[in-house]
Amino acid sequence: MNLFNGNADFKMDVLREVGNIGAGNAATALSLLLDKQVDMAVPTVNLVPFEAIADRVGGSEAVVIAIFLRVEGDAPGNMFFILNREPARRILQGLLGFEAAENDDYSELELSALNEIGNILAGSYLSSLADFTGLHMSPTVPSLAVDMAGAILSYGLLQFGTMGDDALLIDTTFLEGPQEAEGHFFLIPDPESFDKLFRALGVPIE
Amino acid sequence: MTEGVLIKVGMADLNVGNNGAIIRTTGLGSCVGLTLYDAQLKLGGMAHIMLPSSEIAREGQLNVAKYADTAVPELIEQLKSKGASVGRLVAKMAGGAQMFAFTNGSDSMRIGPRNVEATKLALTQLGIPLIAEDTGGNYGRTVELDSATGVFSIRSVQLGVKEI
Repeated sequence: MNLFNGNADFKMDVLREVGNIGAGNAATALSLLLDKQVDMAVPTVNLVPFEAIADRVGGSEAVVIAIFLRVEGDAPGNMFFILNREPARRILQGLLGFEAAENDDYSELELSALNEIGNILAGSYLSSLADFTGLHMSPTVPSLAVDMAGAILSYGLLQFGTMGDDALLIDTTFLEGPQEAEGHFFLIPDPESFDKLFRALGVPIE
Repeated sequence: MTEGVLIKVGMADLNVGNNGAIIRTTGLGSCVGLTLYDAQLKLGGMAHIMLPSSEIAREGQLNVAKYADTAVPELIEQLKSKGASVGRLVAKMAGGAQMFAFTNGSDSMRIGPRNVEATKLALTQLGIPLIAEDTGGNYGRTVELDSATGVFSIRSVQLGVKEI
């Protein structure tokens, strides 16, 4: 798939910076929310085969907690905030102050809290991105699902689906202290959005 | 002999198997897992359909397994090349869920039901009877076709395993 007309390496770098700025702000928001340090890894930007995207979060059948929203405005796309069960439990514990359920049966309150966390983080990701690019970008109301990663993530691939079998994924991993991955931020801009992002950031479009 | 062999079908992919092979696709959300089965030959095939119609395709090299209108004929062709008779084929399908509830029901959010409708239409046009389905809902599914028996089993996180 030819998303970029030339200069691909430089453009990948620009997208990595997009992820860095957005997720950096989101990490700060999460850190404030939990009142503890939250680190993030350098974002990875890759064209990922559809089949392999779920592998980033434990495989197609791994049960994850995902908050999904559409980005609307000048550069539309799909955004996911994805947590595995254990980190979700720790976040809930930190936020709500009581031991969250051991099994998959999240209470109404827990689901609502997770959804709100997703909302806040996605909002800070997007608003920093909008400031940085000068583009209008607004999130839809987020929607939460606890289910198989493959089933959830396929929703973010529909726009790429008509173009080929890969999607361009801006993936940022959150880390809580030195521990293992806490969560992932996936931004999958629609194929049509790249030119707009690059133009807004002053990248020459051949 | 391929007894006990597991054949995986990826997203926007299709495959066929016989002699007791299990054909499996994982993590169906809005996608549809369609199986066709020839009971006499104990031969089956599965497609993991992602989008309803190839008319919207903008890709250079069309992946026929991805779209309902192209995957159904392709699966039939592959089964025929293994000796299946179209008159004996029966279909079962699962998936087509709506994973996320959005208040503004834009078309792309309704993709699950549209995949189901398009797959049924393609089956009807090609005269293949749909004998069982487990579609819709708001949850993901992993499905398996046992080519020895034609039993189609569906696993989900909340509801466990069911066979149709």
